[in-house]
Amino acid sequence: MALAFSAESSRKIAEILPRYPNKQAALLQVLHVAQGQFGHVGADVQELVAETLELPPAHVWGVVTFYTMYHRESVGKNVLMVCTNISCMLRGAEDILGHVEKKLGVKPGETTADGMFTLVEEECLAACADAPMMICGDKYFMRLDTGKVDTALDELRKHPRSEH
Amino acid sequence: MPTTRDTKIITKHFGIKDSHTYAVYKADGGYGAFTKALAMQPAAITEEVKKSLLRGRGGAGFATGLKWTFLPKDAPGPGKPVYLVVNCDESEPGTCKDRELITHDPHMLIEGIAIASYALGAAQSYIYIRGEMIAEAKILSAAVAEAYAQGILGKAHATAGRGEWKLDLAVHRGAGAYICGEETALLNSLEGKRGWPRLKPPFPAVKGLFGQPTIVNNVETLMNVPTIVDKGGEWFAGLGMGKSGGTRIVCLSGHVKNTGVYELPIGITFRELIEEVGGGVTGGKLKGLIPGGSSMPPLDPAEIDVPIEFDALMNDPRIKEVEVKPGIKFDMGGGRGLRTMAGSGGVVVFNDQTDVVKLCARIMRFYHNESCGQCTPCREGTGWLDRICARLARGQGRPGDVDLLAEIAHGIAGNTICPLGEAAAWPMLGFLTKFRPDFEQREREGKPVALGAPKSLRTLPIIGQSPLSPRGTTP
Repeated sequence: MALAFSAESSRKIAEILPRYPNKQAALLQVLHVAQGQFGHVGADVQELVAETLELPPAHVWGVVTFYTMYHRESVGKNVLMVCTNISCMLRGAEDILGHVEKKLGVKPGETTADGMFTLVEEECLAACADAPMMICGDKYFMRLDTGKVDTALDELRKHPRSEH
Repeated sequence: MPTTRDTKIITKHFGIKDSHTYAVYKADGGYGAFTKALAMQPAAITEEVKKSLLRGRGGAGFATGLKWTFLPKDAPGPGKPVYLVVNCDESEPGTCKDRELITHDPHMLIEGIAIASYALGAAQSYIYIRGEMIAEAKILSAAVAEAYAQGILGKAHATAGRGEWKLDLAVHRGAGAYICGEETALLNSLEGKRGWPRLKPPFPAVKGLFGQPTIVNNVETLMNVPTIVDKGGEWFAGLGMGKSGGTRIVCLSGHVKNTGVYELPIGITFRELIEEVGGGVTGGKLKGLIPGGSSMPPLDPAEIDVPIEFDALMNDPRIKEVEVKPGIKFDMGGGRGLRTMAGSGGVVVFNDQTDVVKLCARIMRFYHNESCGQCTPCREGTGWLDRICARLARGQGRPGDVDLLAEIAHGIAGNTICPLGEAAAWPMLGFLTKFRPDFEQREREGKPVALGAPKSLRTLPIIGQSPLSPRGTTP
């Protein structure tokens, strides 16, 4: 079945297009809109985006596979990104990641059975002075310890941050 | 004018309630410099920026005013628009300033963009913001919408030098790729392509976004522009040291008591930074520090009396030059040695309890993950550095590993389209130069996994991993 953009997505795309001199330049933004609507950008969604922007599907595929934020398969309601880069590592990020893995029962790259969390081991998220930290959608969890991780996971279970 | 630690230019609104709103910014004289600028000739603004000795805060420290003069003489002109692109793709490990700056004061950035765009003759500007910064993109977009509503953007202004001039500004989100902080990769990404760096020349100032003359500036750089227009280039230059004007934002992280983002005099030394601003090293004594984001060679405790200023870090003889092997210095070309650089202002402090081999291995893993895959020396070389460092850190080092790391790093540097190759090679050589005994000890004590044992396959270096998908670490 052919997919279609919702009225809301179409409105957003109509806002995005005039910002650029050609349609291709809108590709990253339209992929964000598409992922917002469909949850991930699989082959069918990529076709829809390609058609909308009059681009070859192969070009869209090339872009989707280059950037880490586009998910080609379904992900959890929360995409939880735990930083383990140097500033966080020096302040215990490995233990934080280990604790998250234990609490959720998944390894980085995996999604919990209830579909609530996808865990990502992320590179530096530009909050080094507040290490160790993790991010979910637009929400930062900083200066973490195991207790704060537990609180964060409970909060995200109740109020998922689905933007990703 | 002597700078004190209380001199604040671009963090002056930090801590003020609703500092991200137009109303608060305007109430403190915001957009006054923009009004002043529109009554000036564009060339006069560029001249003030040159006089200010403002240098690029994204990492390279290139003179901003000089960069602005690289636009072709016939640009802007018919069929030849000029673009100003703002680099807010902050991703260098240890760097967390632009995120704070746009969170607290997006209008100071917008004013800086508006003034710079007028000086350059740009009618369209883009802010390229890192994809993961969802919260910050919202703040920035809201501020841009306010600036449109107030007629700063999207409305024609009567100007002294460009007649009726109008600026449009769009926020463009990235989608997860460190390499897009490199300016030509950023431009490709803005054009809706993979973030692959371009060969230079042509430089963006001549042929940049959509093939047109383009200036790419960092967030912090542009946020200094309103103050330069307001108070004059000389005043700004006087705040600094040597050939570096203004203040510097330092992102202090790692093993210090008071981690944070601080606006500081550009002449402050690392010792003062750690002890007086950072409140001292925690968990042990100082082992070393990374002075400007993870791509910069580290300093050891004997080298921390050097100021954080750009030229000092490149030239001060108190900093040992990076070596390829003990006694053989790394040649940047023409016999020029490499000490270190001020980079992005990300200072990462580590104590003597730190496993520096593991720390270095984490840095190499990062650059391996983020190599775009275009150039063989970087795509393959960063993978080799990653895997060899990792096996040393795991206690599985082999005889010759330390020399091999240096040889690989030396083979990457200077042989790639963009500086990501150096971003891995420099710290690798730097760590070996400053902390070689730590690496050698790991090599000596290593218990290599026997070749040929089926279980050991995953720990074999170099072979067995797909070079085609170096970025495939997240779902």
